[in-house]
Amino acid sequence: MIFQTTPSQTVGPYFAIGLPWAEGPNVVAPGTPGAITISGTIYDGAGQPIPDHLIETWQADPDGRYADAHGYGGASSMAGFRGFARYGVEVGDGEYRILTVKPGRAVAPGGRRQAPHIAVNLMARGMLHRVVTRIYFGDEVEANVEDPILGLVPADRRHTLIATPEDGGYRFDIHLQGPDETVFFDV
Amino acid sequence: MSTEQTEETTASIYAPVVDTPTNYVREPAGAHPPLDYPPYKSTALRHPTQPLIYLPQTISEVTGPALGETLAIAPGDADLTGQHEGEPIGERITVSGRIFDTEGKPLRNTLVEVWQANACGRYRHRWDNWPAPLDPNFSGAGRCLTDDEGRYRFTTIKPGPYPWGNHYNAWRPAHIHFSLMGRAFAQRLVTQMYFPGDPFFPYDPIFNSVRDEAARQRMVSTFSIHGTQPDWAAAYEFDIFLRGPAATPFEEAH
Repeated sequence: MIFQTTPSQTVGPYFAIGLPWAEGPNVVAPGTPGAITISGTIYDGAGQPIPDHLIETWQADPDGRYADAHGYGGASSMAGFRGFARYGVEVGDGEYRILTVKPGRAVAPGGRRQAPHIAVNLMARGMLHRVVTRIYFGDEVEANVEDPILGLVPADRRHTLIATPEDGGYRFDIHLQGPDETVFFDV
Repeated sequence: MSTEQTEETTASIYAPVVDTPTNYVREPAGAHPPLDYPPYKSTALRHPTQPLIYLPQTISEVTGPALGETLAIAPGDADLTGQHEGEPIGERITVSGRIFDTEGKPLRNTLVEVWQANACGRYRHRWDNWPAPLDPNFSGAGRCLTDDEGRYRFTTIKPGPYPWGNHYNAWRPAHIHFSLMGRAFAQRLVTQMYFPGDPFFPYDPIFNSVRDEAARQRMVSTFSIHGTQPDWAAAYEFDIFLRGPAATPFEEAH
């Protein structure tokens, strides 16, 4: 490391004039076979929905491959799959909703596979740096047991990373504080 | 980022996935502001209270989206003074620089997004309604992709400082918000670019949340007389450094 990184600063309350775009929440185009929604609410330490959050997601396609410019792990060949979503909330309900497909099992070291998961960035006014978490899936019990990252999380907190199946997709809430404080990672 | 893992804990949780390529360098403590910073009051209910869990980077963290095609970026997107029929009011400036990683390697073809207040310090956002005028000729957002040398360049108006509610008579120094995608999830950065010599620096908890003086100065642009265009625009330069590869040899995650 020759140079030091530029420090992070808060995204502030007014990012909506620059960052969100109409198709931002769509990892795949509407109408894509197998498309699901993932939605939830972001809560602050008082249990109130955060009305000005920006959430970004990054995930593999159903084959476990990324739509990545480097081609690591073999690039996704799924047509129209971007792998990335950005949702900037502009109303006061603190919710988010992305349209995607369920990811497959991306590679892990030693010939292992990760459980299906989605990497999440969360930013907001009052947050001087992003926080990072992961969405796992409640109906992937076996894969979750084998997942090398989930295995690093204390057993009594793992449930904060598990999305609940619901009609048309999954629900995943994020709690910044409180008894069900979501696990956040140092990546 | 504050990681409160002890070395021992880190080593033990790292063990099961020890051959994971850790491709992006871990930054020293204090490289970024703390999430819990009482002088900036909104951090109180918006920071995790549990220690962050060390995540050995996997393919999910060392990959990232290429949004250039998705966003159909046009050259005009980098000129914030040319988005309306008339010219915006204010000091016309160019803001340019290069995006590097911490090894000094330029990041090509990476997305740079900016947003800012107008010359009077007001954002075109419905929640910003302090008594300063909006400018009908200024929206305040731009974007571009870096070129082969990692360069970006915006033409804009110098934003004004503005008051906010953090404490009595609180003002933000003039700044431009920057969003950098980098080339990997691990490199994602959102920051703010400041202007040299701003008199509000000593009083701003967001600027001062970066506790290290040298690190703070990395958020301050440089005035460039050489970049100034005669009879047209003043110039500020701002280079940005994102995390680069770690010292461990790079392995492709197959």
